[in-house]
Amino acid sequence: MIHLDGLTKRYKKADRNAVDGISFDVRAGEFFALLGPNGAGKTTMISILTTTLSPTSGTASIDGHDIVREASAVRRIVGIIFQRPSLDMNLTAEENVRFHAILYGLYPYAPTYGLMPAAYREQVQGLASLLGIAAELQKPMRTFSGGMRRKLEIVRSLMHRPKVLFLDEPTAGLDVPSRRTLWEYLTTIRRESGTTVFLTTHYLEEAEEADTICIIDQGKVVSFGTPDRIKSDLVQEYVLVDAEDRGRLREELARLELRSDGGGPFRVHVDSRHTHAALKAIDTPLTIVRTHMPSLEDAYLEIVGKVSE
Amino acid sequence: MSEVAAVLTLAHRDLIKLLRDRARIVSDFAFPLIFIGILGTSLQSGFGSTTGINLLHFVFTGVLAQTIWQSTALGVISLLMDREQDFSQEIFVSPISRYSIIFGKILGESLVAFPQFIAILAFGLILGVPFTLEKIVALIPAALIIAVYGGAFGVLVLSRLENQRQANQIFPFVMLPQFFLAGIFNPIQNLPWFLDILSKIAPMRYAVDLMRDVYYAGGPNVPIFDLPTNLAIIGVEFLVFIVVGTAGFVRAERNR
Repeated sequence: MIHLDGLTKRYKKADRNAVDGISFDVRAGEFFALLGPNGAGKTTMISILTTTLSPTSGTASIDGHDIVREASAVRRIVGIIFQRPSLDMNLTAEENVRFHAILYGLYPYAPTYGLMPAAYREQVQGLASLLGIAAELQKPMRTFSGGMRRKLEIVRSLMHRPKVLFLDEPTAGLDVPSRRTLWEYLTTIRRESGTTVFLTTHYLEEAEEADTICIIDQGKVVSFGTPDRIKSDLVQEYVLVDAEDRGRLREELARLELRSDGGGPFRVHVDSRHTHAALKAIDTPLTIVRTHMPSLEDAYLEIVGKVSE
Repeated sequence: MSEVAAVLTLAHRDLIKLLRDRARIVSDFAFPLIFIGILGTSLQSGFGSTTGINLLHFVFTGVLAQTIWQSTALGVISLLMDREQDFSQEIFVSPISRYSIIFGKILGESLVAFPQFIAILAFGLILGVPFTLEKIVALIPAALIIAVYGGAFGVLVLSRLENQRQANQIFPFVMLPQFFLAGIFNPIQNLPWFLDILSKIAPMRYAVDLMRDVYYAGGPNVPIFDLPTNLAIIGVEFLVFIVVGTAGFVRAERNR
């Protein structure tokens, strides 16, 4: 559904690439999470994929449409929820949705809600009920809470039934309950419509539900794969051991077929379930025993930290 | 068809935004009324008898043109701020053409300028600026031309700027001098040569002169150029501004 090939962007007057030769594919219907710290290039990538920014080099396509040459076709099939709210505070909730629908050519122009086609009114009501904001549709945007505004943006972005929905840090600035309900709604919507979801976030826990995670930092892919694969890539569990007689310990580790590295202390690569058995098998008196078992979060911070150094 | 609907939608949005923004309505109307009511009236009572023309009428026609022209120009430039904030992010990712965005914005801002035109006209009547019905009818197309011309100038400026901060910074250099170079409050017939060149470059000048062509038709010889000359200059500049500005805007939009 989404195909990137060596995508690169360097802003004018910048001394490094904001997006640096990124290539990957996203399958139709997939929940894809682009993870990275602030300034990693996530928003730049979304801007390029949604055709509001030209790449410096490389290509990308969405559903077979080149994002540069067929920008208009791409815009028609993608929906986007921006990092910064993109609602017009001077309009009512419904007017925000209506103007979107007309701009996407879904319905002819009409100056009031009452004059819009019945099909439009049904669609708006349907989506708004799904997200639980039907009663507030005719109210001014100003009266909406942050969470409700985000929901309205989702209603709006789904009006033209996009094949790909881009969400650029959609939960930034939301409190925990709003964040949770938002995710529940998104999951429901994804299940019902089969829309491909492309999410950027710097919260690891939001990405853990994804089919595929891509971690980028400083414009480059740091890690890519299923959450499990990322976990096994990133999370290195080991036990650090040392002894006064290092020679004997090294021989013993080799005999026990315990994979290790380092010249002392030694990193013995065993997962947490086998740590106890491994330690029990070692006869050499140990001077150091230290387990290293980072969470996915620690591993993410570690890898991101390493790249930034 | 959907492009026409998009243009109408964008224009509709601008008008709603104006009508629901009370603070903006007050500030949009306050300045012209201060200029005409205080500056125009005091100039007339102080110097009116020595100059031979009614300075209240002179300032009134100048401010009328300036308000409309500047309102659409700044309105179009506000696309920059919009882009950074609200619904315009949405407009820029929608499948409508960039040209529709520009035309929708110019149309919308012209609609926004129209209530100001009516208000200033009403204020002029209250202050005793003489009007005939024919004159009011003749001023309407002039106001529309000035509005669209201001919008085209806005597009040109917009295409050269990257953000609202820049727009705020250049405002004193692009708009303010034109107040005086266009002869809104002051005569520009006998300027020193260097000011005369600057005055002839200032687009607002032709908007002001066009308004005076229509207002003073058959009366005192206040305008500098005649109506056809002003229309011709405005026509040519409009085309240049809109073509160069739109092309620049569309290019700049994606090559950041």
